[in-house]
Amino acid sequence: MFERKQFSAIAAVAAIAGLAAAVPAKAEDTVKVGLILPMTGGQASTGKQIENAIKLYMQQKGDTVAGKKVEIILKDDAAIPDKTKTAAQELIVNDKVNFIAGFGVTPAALAAAPLATQAKIPEVVMAAGTSIITERSPYIVRTSFTLAQSSTIIGDWAVKNSIKKVATLTSDYAPGNDALNFFKEHFTAGGGEIVEEVKTPLANPDFAPFLQRMKDAKPDAIFVFVPAGQGGNFMKQYAERGLDKAGIKVIGPGDVTDDDLLNNMGDAVLGTVTAHLYSAAHPSQMNKDFVAAYKKAYGTRPGFMAVSGYDGIHLIYEALKKTGGDTDGTKLIEAMKGQKWESPRGPISIDPETRDIVQNIYIRKVEKVDGELYNVEFATFEAVKDLGKTKK
Amino acid sequence: MTSILTNLFDGVAYGMLLFVLACGLAVTLGLMNFVNLAHGAFAMAGGYVCMVLVNRMGWPFFAALPLAFVSAAAIGIVLERLLYRHLYARSHLDQVLFTIGLTFMSVAAVDYIQGSSRVFINLPAALQGQFDLFGVGIGRYRLMIIVICGLLTIALQMVLAKTRFGSRLRAAVDDPRAASGLGINVPQVFAFTFAFGCGLAGLGGALSAEILGLDPYFPLKFMIYFLIVVTVGGSSSITGPFLASLLLGIGDVAGKYYVPKMGPFVIYTMMIVILIWRPNGLFGRTAAR
Repeated sequence: MFERKQFSAIAAVAAIAGLAAAVPAKAEDTVKVGLILPMTGGQASTGKQIENAIKLYMQQKGDTVAGKKVEIILKDDAAIPDKTKTAAQELIVNDKVNFIAGFGVTPAALAAAPLATQAKIPEVVMAAGTSIITERSPYIVRTSFTLAQSSTIIGDWAVKNSIKKVATLTSDYAPGNDALNFFKEHFTAGGGEIVEEVKTPLANPDFAPFLQRMKDAKPDAIFVFVPAGQGGNFMKQYAERGLDKAGIKVIGPGDVTDDDLLNNMGDAVLGTVTAHLYSAAHPSQMNKDFVAAYKKAYGTRPGFMAVSGYDGIHLIYEALKKTGGDTDGTKLIEAMKGQKWESPRGPISIDPETRDIVQNIYIRKVEKVDGELYNVEFATFEAVKDLGKTKK
Repeated sequence: MTSILTNLFDGVAYGMLLFVLACGLAVTLGLMNFVNLAHGAFAMAGGYVCMVLVNRMGWPFFAALPLAFVSAAAIGIVLERLLYRHLYARSHLDQVLFTIGLTFMSVAAVDYIQGSSRVFINLPAALQGQFDLFGVGIGRYRLMIIVICGLLTIALQMVLAKTRFGSRLRAAVDDPRAASGLGINVPQVFAFTFAFGCGLAGLGGALSAEILGLDPYFPLKFMIYFLIVVTVGGSSSITGPFLASLLLGIGDVAGKYYVPKMGPFVIYTMMIVILIWRPNGLFGRTAAR
């Protein structure tokens, strides 16, 4: 009895391994992309932006590339890693997808990493921003950003622009801690001083007491990282408490002033300086066309998540072109390394060594343009790599 | 010194807000003995009604607040007549399953209609910012919350203690059979009370958009806070939840200000300590029922 059980377990493992090996050979005329995104739950706006952008790209460029029809299979993981894993398993084993893509949060991207390695298919990360992600599997490639990119740049910029004392307010989870540590490292190395350090719980109903603490610490600026949805609340309460009038500026990575929400935040947000990869006000013609097409299709402004999704599907298309339609995962990931292209956010490329994105980071200030609030770029740091990795 | 007072003020405002949001739940749970986990859905409904009226249709904020109350109460009365009343006599598990289902439906419905991003209500300039009172920073919006919620609490207490409706309600709760024998229309009293509780939640939802943030997940995110208020306060009166709300509001704000590293746990620690000390809540009846 016991032996039989053991035997069937071995058989099952062998069968799964066999399926995984058979994956690339199966697809002949269609290329399947398994898209795993949070379409419900607190991160749903991320999922919607990415899905919208991918649909837009496929409308513009057609759904056939290198003689193959591209098919997107969307699964909702609600940003819960267990669900991500199940979804990725189903997509790989049942649907025999050639790519898995999406991943709204870091834990979701990490949960799928071992599966990408086993199945030998590319995992295109289009949102999650923690540095370590691309190190977890040789099949992971990222088209979004890493928090180190924007956090180190804003740290460097702050010390050079007579901001000496900074209080930090970051959400207490992996990306928040990443943002805090990278900022701190660069800011203090340049001679700046952190006068107050507060980590807020992820499910934080009220910023009032934290902000009061910030105000009493009298810094030159507050460095803020909170998940996209909370930025608006933060800015409102920042103004309510009169921190703007006390001369305390807000700086941070651009998540706080995400284009998706920026316009509803009210004038309190004017003058906020952030470092980020994308602004809907980026002055290139390509971006103007992208914003116009996106607005026309969905009625809202694209944010940095949308542009990451747009570039993610572009990378998949380009990889297929390069392999001539060959869907072998290892060849595809090789084809992705070193890709360079002009995105709505500016020139970007995939670092051939780390498979992470290399892109310009812009310093932007919130200003009113035609009666709407925009992040207006005024300085550019070119071709920024993920500094979280170069350390090693 | 002044920062202590500012924190106290913020804590009171936060507590008052919690009270308006949760006291409807104290009524349904404590007085009507019905577990309504969908309470936050009514708060969210009120918040979204207020948002649509103010932002899209240009109503003044103060005119939209009563509408938030009325619409949440109206939704409450419709659902009570259609759905809730069939579950009064059922077990608590059935009630929990039903209301949590209703909560998920409300989340999905609002997400579908309004989208998943956070919304804000455009406030009149008079309510924005802070002013100094003897060096103590007083937020205008928070001051308004304290005034509105304070008046409401007094009015509620008066209605329950002094009016004929209040005595009917208390009679209907204490012994529904005897009360209906005396000619009190118990289902009607309950329906009205339920709707009123929903209305209060709606008003609370509209008021809280500025401070807590309003999105389709509101009912799930804040359910735990409502339940803490009711369990800590005990559900036999409204004084209990009121004092519990204040205590938790002030405790939460003070905890986050003075020990930011431990801040988020203060509210839960307080709950655990109070419940060990008084398992039925601060003002709970001891095993009377």
